Amino acid sequence: MKGIIKSLFSANARQKVLAFASLVLMIIVFTILSPNFFQMDNLISIMLSTAVTGLLGIAVTFVIITGGIDLSIGTLMTLTAVMAGVFIGYWDMPIWVGVLAAMASGALAGSVSGVLIAKLKLPPFIATMGIMMIAKGLSLVISGAKPIYFTKYEDYNAISNGSFIDFNNVIPGLVIPNAVVIFFGVGMIASIILNKTILGRYTFGIGSNEEAVRLSGVNVDRWKIAIYALAGAIVGIAGILISSRLNSAQPALGAGYELDAIAAAVIGGVSLSGGEGTILGTIIGAFIMSVLINGLRILSVPQEWQTVVSGLIVIFAVYMDILRRRK
Amino acid sequence: MAENLLVRIENLYKAFPGVQALKGAQFDLRAGEVHALMGENGAGKSTLMKVLAGIYQCDDGQIYLDGKPVEIHGPHGAQALGIGIIHQELNLMNHLTAAQNIFIGREKKGRSGLLLDEKAMNLAAAALLATLKVDVGPRTKIGDLTVAKQQMVEIAKALSYESRVLIMDEPTAALNDAEIDELFRIIGDLKAKGVGIVYISHKMDELKRISDRVTVMRDGESIGTLETAEATMDQVINMMVGRPLQPYVRSGDDSTLQPIALEVRGLNRGKVLKNIGFRVHQGEILGFAGLMGAGRTEVARAVFGADPIDSGEILIHGKKVKIKIPKNAVHAGIGYLSEDRKRFGLALGMDVQANTVMATLNRFLGLGTFLKTKAMALVSEKYIETLSIKTPNQAQKLKFLSGGNQQKVVIAKWLLRDCDVLFFDEPTRGIDVGAKFEIYKLLQELASQGKAVVMISSELPEILRLSHRIVVMCEGRITGELTAAEATQERIMHLATLRSK
Repeated sequence: MKGIIKSLFSANARQKVLAFASLVLMIIVFTILSPNFFQMDNLISIMLSTAVTGLLGIAVTFVIITGGIDLSIGTLMTLTAVMAGVFIGYWDMPIWVGVLAAMASGALAGSVSGVLIAKLKLPPFIATMGIMMIAKGLSLVISGAKPIYFTKYEDYNAISNGSFIDFNNVIPGLVIPNAVVIFFGVGMIASIILNKTILGRYTFGIGSNEEAVRLSGVNVDRWKIAIYALAGAIVGIAGILISSRLNSAQPALGAGYELDAIAAAVIGGVSLSGGEGTILGTIIGAFIMSVLINGLRILSVPQEWQTVVSGLIVIFAVYMDILRRRK
Repeated sequence: MAENLLVRIENLYKAFPGVQALKGAQFDLRAGEVHALMGENGAGKSTLMKVLAGIYQCDDGQIYLDGKPVEIHGPHGAQALGIGIIHQELNLMNHLTAAQNIFIGREKKGRSGLLLDEKAMNLAAAALLATLKVDVGPRTKIGDLTVAKQQMVEIAKALSYESRVLIMDEPTAALNDAEIDELFRIIGDLKAKGVGIVYISHKMDELKRISDRVTVMRDGESIGTLETAEATMDQVINMMVGRPLQPYVRSGDDSTLQPIALEVRGLNRGKVLKNIGFRVHQGEILGFAGLMGAGRTEVARAVFGADPIDSGEILIHGKKVKIKIPKNAVHAGIGYLSEDRKRFGLALGMDVQANTVMATLNRFLGLGTFLKTKAMALVSEKYIETLSIKTPNQAQKLKFLSGGNQQKVVIAKWLLRDCDVLFFDEPTRGIDVGAKFEIYKLLQELASQGKAVVMISSELPEILRLSHRIVVMCEGRITGELTAAEATQERIMHLATLRSK
């Protein structure tokens, strides 16, 4: 018990506790300010919108812990959605095959970033910025700049919007969409990978002291590529969720999501200098972002100002982190 | 050869851009011996050992292990052959625990083969640390340990590979006397188990205590091997530098007759510094002695404005000055040469000239913001000459210079700033004997030119040899002040361990 309490107040956990406390505080404030906020359908819509940024946040968490950055995740999400459209809509693959293929294309793109960074020694910022632009262009080229619709395939829409957790009889309105379940499922698996597997160990190791890991006889380049590929695969899941929710792959969507995802990770205590971070923290960070946007919208704050407030929150969160580190 | 040679290295060559680091180097190691490797910085010791540990690949030459020729491909290959290395700059991951660091690259997995078996690793690490009789928990984060403890973890890590050959590159550089005793006990245990140890160090007294044989290197070549018991210090030093050294004798002048250059009163900073007060006179070398973590570096950083202080006064030439940031300190004529010159003192990727003028760039501004290249070249040439910095030219990047020469560039940088008060934090850390003497001479000269020199050092002989007066610290307090005449190792150690109740 003492150990648990102590670990809650350890430096890394403190940021999480702080983030969680501010999330709860925000929910309370919005509930007081607007009767429409704490309604089941609104809460579910918050969770739905968190699912996509949250998944991207999880993907980028791995990369940031290695001391890198991935700017490509937003447009790569679009590209994987378009690829799902090609596999399922154009080539008539079975849905589950199309889904796996879309994830694989995400992983492939991620490993290209990884090779650029590990083998060609490009700075992660530049390498992934290049991939970001390439993915954006390819999405438009492949789709012919038009949305690809999945209307023929009802099951595809169900991936995100269907629900196998349906408590409507118990609490009216409590129907949890699959997208949210998938989000939390991926979060759990990602957390296990990060904390309990060798890939996770090297993720932290590389971010903490890459040279030390290399001198211990670890093939750092290979693991880096694997980490970027894993991030790409998670981005693929996000691409499937967003296209399934919209029932279409929108080739112009996606740019800008990467910044929300990075913000979520940073708010959740992932250190941009590498070596520190948790999946739970990133998920809390993603919720903070979407609760804020949702709450401000309900209070009829103009969208322009919502963006300004998000920016302030990011700066505030990082400053808190710096204060904590200084001690 | 009839004896049981564990390692034999023959005719090793290795070149780096601009430097031929090894020119036919020779070395051998027996099982169960400590073989010291000496030489000035840049002599090629570290390069030789990095080739043995698989970090560098040699251009030419052959390594034999148990009499059989081996090719060592990368650190992993060296580990597989039972060769472990403990680097001078510790190679640990601060964010990971001791156990996680020990098993990096060879993580134990659970039955599924997917998940890591943290419990097994913690147990194994605890057992390893216990055989070394080291008091470190396997779950402790490396970043929370002292340098000495971190090093013990590195040793445990190297041993976990079942290493038969253990290379230690200046293992005592950051340790205090008690910690060194502890390290030597461990080395003794390893010897008894038949491990061959290569011991790189610059400290003669240590080699006498611990090593069986000494091999001296100079300019990438092996000069000769001696039995330690028969070797005299002068002999070794002669082999290292190729010429006899003039030992320095301190002048007996009373330095406190000179005017006070710097006075510090009632300096406090959290729990780190408590009521620090001292003065340094012009032309005086004031030694700061104490154990690691006693707060000596913190005093220098506080005076220099690098860390915020809670209270305290700083007077330069009797006038109160406000120092909030390092810029204020520099303007007041205070220079600080960090113990970690690579992190805080130098831009390693830039050349000698750029580093020399870095703190005085304003002076080299011509029309508009253009730099006066000619003037910079002249000044940098002057310091290369007066400090005898060994570099092919001033366009050489700092990372290709040896530690001693890097240190001289830092000194040049501050000399150019015309500082009246200079803080030297461990000025000879990682610097070989020959260059050490040169640095001593330099400190001496600075003092005789009227500069006030504050020298923080963990090496007592160095403190005793150079200081006019010695301030001793323990746990953030000044526990005593001794004149050169009063000071002995015993008295300093007594004050350095004078803990408050």
